[in-house]
Amino acid sequence: MTARDLIPIAVLTILAALLPLVVTSSPVLNFLVFMLIVALGAQGWNILGGFGGQFSFGHAAFFGTGAYVTAILQLRYGVNAWAGLVLATGAGAVVGWSIGYLSFRSGLRGSYFALVTLAFAEVFRILANAASFTGGAAGLLIKLDVSPANLQFADRAVFYWLVLALVAAVLLLTRWIQRSRFGAQLVAVRENEDAAKALGVDSLAVKLRAIALSGAVTALSGCLYAQYFLYIDANIAYGSWISVELLLAPIIGGVGTVFGPVVGALTLHGLGEVAKQFAGRIPGIDLIVFGGVLVLAVAFARGGILGLLERLRDRGRGMVARGTKEVSHAGR
Amino acid sequence: MLAVDGVSKRFGGLMAVDSASLALEPGGIVGLIGPNGAGKTTLFSMISGFVPPSDGRIRFEGTDITAEEPHRRAQRGIGRTFQIVQPFAGLTVCENIAVGAYLRHAKRADATARAREVARRVGLGAELDRPAGGLTVAGRKRLELARALATEPKLLLLDEVLAGLNPSEIRDIIPVIRGIRDEGVTILMIEHVMQAVMNLCERVYVLAQGRMIAEGPPAAVCADPRVIEAYLGHGAAARLAAEGAAHG
Repeated sequence: MTARDLIPIAVLTILAALLPLVVTSSPVLNFLVFMLIVALGAQGWNILGGFGGQFSFGHAAFFGTGAYVTAILQLRYGVNAWAGLVLATGAGAVVGWSIGYLSFRSGLRGSYFALVTLAFAEVFRILANAASFTGGAAGLLIKLDVSPANLQFADRAVFYWLVLALVAAVLLLTRWIQRSRFGAQLVAVRENEDAAKALGVDSLAVKLRAIALSGAVTALSGCLYAQYFLYIDANIAYGSWISVELLLAPIIGGVGTVFGPVVGALTLHGLGEVAKQFAGRIPGIDLIVFGGVLVLAVAFARGGILGLLERLRDRGRGMVARGTKEVSHAGR
Repeated sequence: MLAVDGVSKRFGGLMAVDSASLALEPGGIVGLIGPNGAGKTTLFSMISGFVPPSDGRIRFEGTDITAEEPHRRAQRGIGRTFQIVQPFAGLTVCENIAVGAYLRHAKRADATARAREVARRVGLGAELDRPAGGLTVAGRKRLELARALATEPKLLLLDEVLAGLNPSEIRDIIPVIRGIRDEGVTILMIEHVMQAVMNLCERVYVLAQGRMIAEGPPAAVCADPRVIEAYLGHGAAARLAAEGAAHG
């Protein structure tokens, strides 16, 4: 990785970190924290779906695993919340690897893989809803005990900075993937699996590594969700809403790009909030907005917002180049 | 270095390859010719590991690789191109070739440098940053060759790299293939362009209806009545000989 790879990430992170110094209203901070948690989960989805081309419709399986693992460890075993965070992330990797092993080894691709992930998430949701170990339908309430040692902060801004730091870390991770052999092989598998194999790429191993990483990052976001709201139940943690959000954000922002998931999450939730302000009385107005944005993105911006910007920039450059040519012709 | 021993492939009731054998010594270019549907590409797929044989054994440098995965064979040094080109369409030419180069070079800088070098050798030096999806047919064929070459193979399987090219493009690429051989890479090529086969190959195998029917120097093989019949139909060799005699 070169300085040019790192500077945009550093600049954006620092700017975002300064935000709580200006904005102190707690609904806005609330919105930002929730948006960043979704962005983090979406970054996880993007590693597998964006770079690896394996579209998952069931990333709730990892999000929920992260949330439940940390909640159960704290409630039933008295494990420290920070340790819970690490273990939850690890659990996401294990669940990811296992789902990957079962589906990739049997050669599932495309829509079949998407359906299997959806099925896994639903099975987890139903199990978590039924078992008393996971609190059943009543869910789990993490004990309120505000202290940095318990990963609970009196000031929302601190939590914001924590999530932001993790989002930045995953931005770096994603940039590293993009610049590494692993990333090149992952993209090759996305573009053409047989050609990749002929070039010596162990496509199963590459996909398993990707889904384990993806599961870990998304589980981390689920864990932060549980830690921030201090309550989860099966329909929140393993619900299809989160699967949808985690795949919508990268698709809207720019699938397979470093910043795409964050841009997408910000756009979606920003628009959702605006819609709620103006038409708050209509329930589900934000979801209607999500749907509309998705239709627009699929119809007019296949590469998402970042892809659209890049095309506009290229067109701008083309016009500039043509312009100078015309000028030079005129000069002659 | 490569020994294919009585390999067969059955697709349902169809015997695509019927106990075909071939043996390659290190160095040199060997051709694999035969009419359409003879099973040449199926045989290639079995050698490179994409299609498991129904019967028979394949050995590479003395090791039995019959059941090995394609990527393991690539690691051992078997490179292949695809008859139907398979570019990573969303990537640039350089990135395409780098995927191959990463097999032997873990670092990005090394792999990219290697990719640039290979691109120049096959005549893609000027297209390095173009998206692979935007290449011409000739460009894509070169890209197939470059990617396989970037894996630094000991044995290169070329599946109709000349098909779809015009005569001047063929003239351009023949020295490239010869150059690869001169570096010590053994080449097995499926080819329909007979001019190229005659020009390049020291030896050819002829596959017809799944069976290996002839083997030898190209000139001798083309005069073989069994080969003529395989291409032109039963009795063709006799008719041709009779006509030749009448005109003579």
